[in-house]
Amino acid sequence: SLKPNKHRNYEVYLLCLSSVIHYYFHTAAVTVLVVALKFHTIFLTIIKRMKLITHNMLTSKGMKNVIEGFPLKIQAEEVRNVDIEFDREFISRMVPKLDWNALIFAAQCVGHQEDLPEILPEGYENDDDLLKKLHHILLEVEVINGCLECPETKRKFPISNGIPNMLLNEDEV
Amino acid sequence: MMKLKELEMWLQDVKGFEAPKIQLEQYETPVHIAARMIHTMESSFGDLEGKVLADLGCGCGMLLIGSALMGASATFGFDIDRDALEICRGNLEDAEITSAELLQMNVKDLAVQYSRFLKFFDTVVLNPPFGTKQNQGTDLEFLRVALSLSRSAVYSLHKSATRAHVTKKAADWGVKVQVLAQLRYNLPSTYKFHKKKSVDIEVDFIRFSHK
Repeated sequence: SLKPNKHRNYEVYLLCLSSVIHYYFHTAAVTVLVVALKFHTIFLTIIKRMKLITHNMLTSKGMKNVIEGFPLKIQAEEVRNVDIEFDREFISRMVPKLDWNALIFAAQCVGHQEDLPEILPEGYENDDDLLKKLHHILLEVEVINGCLECPETKRKFPISNGIPNMLLNEDEV
Repeated sequence: MMKLKELEMWLQDVKGFEAPKIQLEQYETPVHIAARMIHTMESSFGDLEGKVLADLGCGCGMLLIGSALMGASATFGFDIDRDALEICRGNLEDAEITSAELLQMNVKDLAVQYSRFLKFFDTVVLNPPFGTKQNQGTDLEFLRVALSLSRSAVYSLHKSATRAHVTKKAADWGVKVQVLAQLRYNLPSTYKFHKKKSVDIEVDFIRFSHK
């Protein structure tokens, strides 16, 4: 799980202490492995990423000469998975708000097509399996850095630290 | 439901602006005010638990974080300033909130006719910029956007001096108005050459809802 910043110093201290202990009681290889894992955990806490649910809402239609501007193509430099508690009712309520085709497209862009059906089936509210897959795609797959590309003008909207910048320049409006 | 005191404790840790931009009216919503706003939204109206929420002009994320802590399922923070969003991002991590999304957008662009955010949110909360002498009514512009985005309730702060005006506008828009509380706080000066560094103002905490 993600740890808050204020615990990070404490964690570094523990890391050093445990490295010393491991060094004396285990082989060097194990020490390196443990150190690498601890750094990986610390590193993960630093970066915020953009979820695919957000992608489903974004369009470049504000730009002049753009007719649809949706869906935007995700060009992700890095993608990660996180663990979010499954809330069945919440996911069910979100479904009607989504553009299903755009969601499939987004999943493809980040290589997580999973096995989402091409067309949203009726009675999805009772299909726990589908809801869990949706939960994963919408909330647990995240884009770290990359951009969202307008399908018509190819204009790139950057995503940095998981925050997309959708602001247009004066000459683009 | 988290108790008010605990919520206040969490919000004390929210880091504020390092170099607030005057022209954007950047200041943190005071902790005691934010905590009371958020707590009322859930305890009196149940507008947070399990809901999808937006904070328009989220700044450092005081209201956003409060909402997530009080049970909002998914929260979205919008702000035009990248520096503010970076601070907000750090605050979200410190509070261990993984269900919040941040977007760098102009709030005024959110309610255009083709926006996919229209009626997307259950609840919208905002502490809007009040605008300068030459540029009054920014808070009403933000409010208008908030009402387009919300399926149900909008919670906002407006200067008490403008209460009659705000109430009339809401009536014109066919929206129900409830002034929940009057609060006083210290607003940093938005005029470049203003004599005082800050001024005490009275604000109304108002709930708007679609009839």
